[in-house]
Amino acid sequence: MNQPIKVEKTLTINKPAAELYRFWHNFENLPHFMKHLKQVKVYDAKTSHWTTSGPLDGTVEWDAVITDDRENEFIAWKSVENADVDNSGSIQFRPMSHDRGTEVKVVTEYNPPAGAVGDAIAKLLGESPKQQIGDDLSRFKMLMETGEIATTEGQPKGRK
Amino acid sequence: MKAVCWQGTKKVEVENVPDPKILNPRDAIVKITSTAICGSDLHLYDGFNPTMKPGDILGHEFMGEIVELGSGVKSGNARNNGQPLAVGDRVVVPFTISCGSCFFCNRNLWSLCDNSNPNAWMAEAALGHSPSGLFGYSHLTGGYAGGQAQYARVPFADVGLFKVPSELTDEQVLFLTDIFPTGYMGAENCDIQPGDTVAIWGCGPVGQFAIRSAFLLGAERVIAIDLVPERLQMAKEGGAEVLNIEEVEVGEALKEMTGGMGPDSVMDAVGMEAHGFGLEGFYDKVKQAARLETDRPNVLRQAILACRKGGTVSVPGVYTGFVDKIPMGAFMNKGLTMKTGQTHIHRYLRPLTERIQKGEIDPSFLITHKLPIDQAPHAYEIFKHKQDNCIKVVLKPNEAA
Ligand SMILES: NC(=O)c1ccc[n+]([C@@H]2O[C@H](COP(=O)([O-])OP(=O)(O)OC[C@H]3O[C@@H](n4cnc5c(N)ncnc54)[C@H](O)[C@@H]3O)[C@@H](O)[C@H]2O)c1
Ligand SMILES: [Zn+2]
Ligand SMILES: [Zn+2]
Repeated sequence: MNQPIKVEKTLTINKPAAELYRFWHNFENLPHFMKHLKQVKVYDAKTSHWTTSGPLDGTVEWDAVITDDRENEFIAWKSVENADVDNSGSIQFRPMSHDRGTEVKVVTEYNPPAGAVGDAIAKLLGESPKQQIGDDLSRFKMLMETGEIATTEGQPKGRK
Repeated sequence: MKAVCWQGTKKVEVENVPDPKILNPRDAIVKITSTAICGSDLHLYDGFNPTMKPGDILGHEFMGEIVELGSGVKSGNARNNGQPLAVGDRVVVPFTISCGSCFFCNRNLWSLCDNSNPNAWMAEAALGHSPSGLFGYSHLTGGYAGGQAQYARVPFADVGLFKVPSELTDEQVLFLTDIFPTGYMGAENCDIQPGDTVAIWGCGPVGQFAIRSAFLLGAERVIAIDLVPERLQMAKEGGAEVLNIEEVEVGEALKEMTGGMGPDSVMDAVGMEAHGFGLEGFYDKVKQAARLETDRPNVLRQAILACRKGGTVSVPGVYTGFVDKIPMGAFMNKGLTMKTGQTHIHRYLRPLTERIQKGEIDPSFLITHKLPIDQAPHAYEIFKHKQDNCIKVVLKPNEAA
């Protein structure tokens, strides 16, 4: 068995909690800012199907179910039993006083199985899962606050 | 298009590269009419920023004409009197890239924008938090292609691009992109009170604007410090008294000139590559070369020791990493305050344009060289080595050589 990986990351976003909650609650929006998530298909109010990119152009997929949901405050989800990758996550939205936006805290946990899929997940998360979640959360913040995600991909450069 | 590319320490080349494209909805493309070389570019030229990559396009002081707007550039902003941008507008481009809607932009702290650095993680690892993205200024601040080129892509154009009055020439407004606001903010950070004497280390472009801004903000006297005669001469023309560090012991001289008090505020407009003397200069050079110290803080040390008790230390000069032997004892026991930062350019665009329009200052005084873009490598050399009396170079990238 590989070690379970648990990551927490908090960021303040300059938008009302309700707006952030609404965007996140539609899991089909997540691939806009989560780098390794290729697609999420929402089946119904509780269940969805997640596809991430894997090694060698492959994919890793699982079904997830919402386990807790408090409007404008909190969402928790986890993979269904017997998923290839046992994982769960949650997001909490906490409004700050004095016009300081909303504190957003994301927690994710993976229980990678032994063997190929486990290795693939470990690879996907890279050396620093915390950094990846942090980067995803920063991109979420950019998208919510500015409507786009800062990039330089595709800009000109000279010879290397 | 032609662009000035960094190819390693003390090596820049003018190369043919693809034209920039709109990448995000709030982008614009600007055809560049004038672009300058900054003292900050010299830190990159001299190889002191480890996050430069060969092929990076340099330049962060540029202006020109809007030739394309992204679909998301719609609303105007207060700086442009609420008028939206249009293709054909003549604009200056702040060197700091700011989103206009984060915590920091909302508090007028534009160079600290949270949303414009795609490599924020790099800056967070090095600095704890990331400043805004900057044009042409290494991957630590986003790796954005710069404006020493014929065209540039400008993100968050609706927030950054500033329309300039048609009666003012490029030479009069170009420095709104960086060094005029930088000198001005450096002077504002001195917290100048009536009767104050301000001492400014560095009579480069930033120092020159700092001198004139200090007077605009009510300083009684400005004492300017450098070692290059023509720069000291230009400082004198701006109304400053001058000290040549090769001729006098600066700390001693400042005390004598201020009745033993010391200057009310001091400014480091030199930064991390300050010229040092004797054992101390040798110590920093060796440490910097061995990468044990990233920056040489001779000026900062001198300024802290010279400042009068209870005074303010303003630091527009750029530092990127670590410095040694800062006299913290002097700083603490004299009860000093330090203010610094990359300049919040957006904050100054309108007020400084108004000062130019009223004739309170004409920024074109600074320009010593106007050259075609093909001569950029030569321009970097003469600016760096202060040859041919070079103080400020403006390149004209879309004029025939
Ligand atoms: N804070 C900002 O946003 C911002 C913006 C632009 C530039 N800068 C920084 O401001 C600094 C100055 O920029 P510049 O364009 O005027 O550069 P510059 O290199 O032309 O000017 C530096 C001047 O300092 C003088 N000098 C060197 N050692 C000295 C010493 N020991 N004592 C006194 N003078 C000394 C040099 O002779 C030169 O005239 C640089 O560090 C630059 O990176 C900061
Ligand atoms: Zn500059
Ligand atoms: Zn911002």
